[in-house]
Amino acid sequence: MSAVGELAQIVSRRDKRGPREKHPDNKVGLAFMTPWLLGLLGITILPMIASLVLSFTDYSMLAAPEWVGLENFQRMLGDTRLHNSLIVTFVYVIVGVPLQLAAALLLAVVLNHGMRGLSFYRSVFYLPSLLGGSVAISILWRQMFGASGLVNQLLGALGFENLPGWVSTPDTALWTIILLHVWTFGSPMIIFLAGLRQIPQMYYEAASVDGASKVAQFFRITIPLLTPIIFFNLVLQVINAFQTFTQAFVVSGGTGGPSDSTMFYTLYLYLKGFGQFDMGYASAMAWLLLVIVAIFTAINFFVSKFWVHYDD
Amino acid sequence: MTDLARPAAPVDENPAGTAADVSAPRTPVAPRSHGARTVRAVLKHTVMIAASLAMIYPLLWMVVSSLRPNDEIFRNPSLFPLSFDFDNYVRGWSAQSFEFSHYLMNSTLLVVGCVIGNLFACTLTAYAFARLRFWGRNIAFAMMLMTLMLPIHVVIVPQYIMFSQTGWVNTMLPLILPKFLATDAFFVFLMVQFIRGIPRELDEAARIDGCGHFRIFFRIILPLMTPALATTTIFTFMWTWNDFFGSLIYLTTPDNFTVPLALKSFLDGQGTSDWGAMFAMSIVSLIPLFLVFLFGQRFLVKGFATTGIK
Repeated sequence: MSAVGELAQIVSRRDKRGPREKHPDNKVGLAFMTPWLLGLLGITILPMIASLVLSFTDYSMLAAPEWVGLENFQRMLGDTRLHNSLIVTFVYVIVGVPLQLAAALLLAVVLNHGMRGLSFYRSVFYLPSLLGGSVAISILWRQMFGASGLVNQLLGALGFENLPGWVSTPDTALWTIILLHVWTFGSPMIIFLAGLRQIPQMYYEAASVDGASKVAQFFRITIPLLTPIIFFNLVLQVINAFQTFTQAFVVSGGTGGPSDSTMFYTLYLYLKGFGQFDMGYASAMAWLLLVIVAIFTAINFFVSKFWVHYDD
Repeated sequence: MTDLARPAAPVDENPAGTAADVSAPRTPVAPRSHGARTVRAVLKHTVMIAASLAMIYPLLWMVVSSLRPNDEIFRNPSLFPLSFDFDNYVRGWSAQSFEFSHYLMNSTLLVVGCVIGNLFACTLTAYAFARLRFWGRNIAFAMMLMTLMLPIHVVIVPQYIMFSQTGWVNTMLPLILPKFLATDAFFVFLMVQFIRGIPRELDEAARIDGCGHFRIFFRIILPLMTPALATTTIFTFMWTWNDFFGSLIYLTTPDNFTVPLALKSFLDGQGTSDWGAMFAMSIVSLIPLFLVFLFGQRFLVKGFATTGIK
């Protein structure tokens, strides 16, 4: 069962108390859990509380934090660069994630249909997803989609001329980063492949006997039985996509340009917090991000009731 | 619920074949005339080879270009003719205030620290979640799963303030210490799944022989967990090696730069004037990842397939 599935189960089981559990291992449990507990407190919970408190202050690390109430949040309401960064990030998430998952699912289904050289193809498709988050690949992307980069050279060979630099044109810069995201479809593909292998062969045999076509089998058997995995991939890819940083930073040279067209939310947060040391504002932004991610995840979980089939 | 994450029997008679269960073709090809089948197969492979080539063409081109003179990078989109001019590598290696080996060493140190931390802390935590019955376990487990989904940005500002007060900014401690506190929930979950697949009879037999939990953990569970430990090591290596955000925040002077930061400052310093050297050092930075991919692929595939996050 996946992490998302288990969490869903724990949360939904909350009210139904079974027979009272016994706790014979309290002491030794504490010993084993000490590192994690310290981490949860010191690295996660206390900083979360601190950042919530800081979001109501003006703090530059030079002087003590000064309580300003809701001022940071009011500033956020009027901050057009922030609104723009939200739009950029939403476009990236809403376009990039489904495209990436669709590519992953398509290739997984094709590869699952027993073909020779499967492990070769799988490796080739998987490799980019391991390298895609690195600075090196972002550097490559910046060259490829530059005015005289690889892409324009190839297009030039096909007869297209006077092409713009894709990363230096506000209308296209974001799309190069979305393409980079889609290019890394290998890791969800691997998960889909594993999921496809879990579907019992007899379902297909029974459907064949009943005269169901391949297409019908795909939509009536494969897709429904794969929905828990699609859901799981969707939840985590959305959460990850909201936190995209490296690609936007490197491709735009740390500016989010041209004209803020690649100003991802996390990049703007970084520039506010660690460029201008406006720590209070950055904290407020971080909490807005948390709320947005939580809302998206909640929507995902809620909507999942209507399309995800659990077979138990 | 699809039991995707349950690992195979921990004592694998065929350890080299762990990934094979994913790779073996299974859907039988429907009976069709021999000729039509061949045509279909050829067509399919043509499409797949074209797709594969499109996927890795940028990588191949970067490798080839890093071995070409600078001006050719902006003129030759083809992989041929191959040239073997290592000048870019020589220039890139010593283009910054430290030789590139210095940054490679820094990254290696960071990786080693993070791997040790994760192996130490995540195994302990996973054992407790999988085998011990203690008060609040379910709530703790749910919280652990939730931290998996927590954006790092929510905690980074206070963490930075905290570590700057302890004087650890511009050291690797802020990047390594959290690993010793099992903050990488992904690996805890992966290991919990793995331990759940180990037969409890083994623990119980040891218990009857008078073993306590620490001895069961060290003598029985840990040795059986090696595939999960390998997966953890490889993922930690790859993510730490690639991690840019953490380094960018905490490491401020070039003597402490890791490889991603060195590449970034190279890019800042050179602007877009020396792509050849930049490509060369990018390739150098990708080589360790590629080697791990080559030799550790079955653990990577297994890790993704069983826990499937990220």
